[in-house]
Amino acid sequence: MKMEGRYYEEDKLLIFKINEEIDECSVKEIRRRADYEIERFMPREVIFDFDSVTFMDSAGIGMVIGRYKQLNIIGGRTEVANLTDGVRKIFAMSGVLKIIPEIDLEKRLEKFNQTDDKKEVVNL
Amino acid sequence: MNKFSDNEIKIEFISKSNNEAFARISVAAFVAQLDPTIEEISDIKTAVSEAVTNSIVHGYEDKLGIVTLICKLHNNDVYIEVSDKGKGIENIEMAKQPLYTTKPNLERSGMGFTIMESFMDELSVESILGLGTKVTMRKTIKQTDELEDTQVTLEEALRG
Ligand SMILES: Nc1ncnc2c1ncn2[C@@H]1O[C@H](COP(=O)(O)OP(=O)(O)OP(=O)(O)O)[C@@H](O)[C@H]1O
Ligand SMILES: [Mg+2]
Repeated sequence: MKMEGRYYEEDKLLIFKINEEIDECSVKEIRRRADYEIERFMPREVIFDFDSVTFMDSAGIGMVIGRYKQLNIIGGRTEVANLTDGVRKIFAMSGVLKIIPEIDLEKRLEKFNQTDDKKEVVNL
Repeated sequence: MNKFSDNEIKIEFISKSNNEAFARISVAAFVAQLDPTIEEISDIKTAVSEAVTNSIVHGYEDKLGIVTLICKLHNNDVYIEVSDKGKGIENIEMAKQPLYTTKPNLERSGMGFTIMESFMDELSVESILGLGTKVTMRKTIKQTDELEDTQVTLEEALRG
């Protein structure tokens, strides 16, 4: 799937794992799906996982800033994780990481791996 | 001296955003003969993507037109030229400023020219209102033996 979503009810945490190159062409669908899920869950926190993003141009900057603005309105925060070298270079030079921090996703999800209560996690 | 030096390709395609990936991948494949590093290839692909996207999104807007992409290799230099016959840029200096965009509502960040400028070694923009825009970029691919030379000197320097 081009973008996988997962929702952790306990923390009102929504994670998007993007599995394709991000450019002007692909970003439209990413935006549409992200907005749909954000509206549906009203999360407190959204993390974009870039682990399998092999290419990204400035379209990616506009995409995360757009979601950041939208989440600000509903009082949620936006973060990015698993940045590949090329992706980090673009985010760093545009100053995006100052408002949308890079976090350690594995650490963030540690607490969920310890509980057996998996029913709180929704795969989208 | 690289036996493949002095080579050239020219690609023309219509201004559809699903041609962006084709454009940058073609350039990457062509440039591969200079033995670039992964980072150099990634920089070039990003710069091509920015220039091509600009021609499609700003040059032609919703209309269809032809985007021309030329890539030349000379010694260890890669020259890339992306041109369109679209609406042109009113103020090039202003357009090149970071964060400057005429389409903020479409979630553009105004970072395209800044990325081209910092990922390539040289950028020049020519544009005439109503006639079109041509973006030319150059990047030198560092030769591996040059890199090894630097490493040796560094080692020597460290040894004192
Ligand atoms: N080929 C072109 N034809 C007409 N106008 C252009 C062209 N390329 C750039 N421009 C103008 O220059 C401005 C700056 O371009 P730049 O690529 O830096 O930012 P952007 O395209 O607006 O945003 P981003 O690239 O971050 O998505 C554009 O908003 C547009 O007004
Ligand atoms: Mg642009």
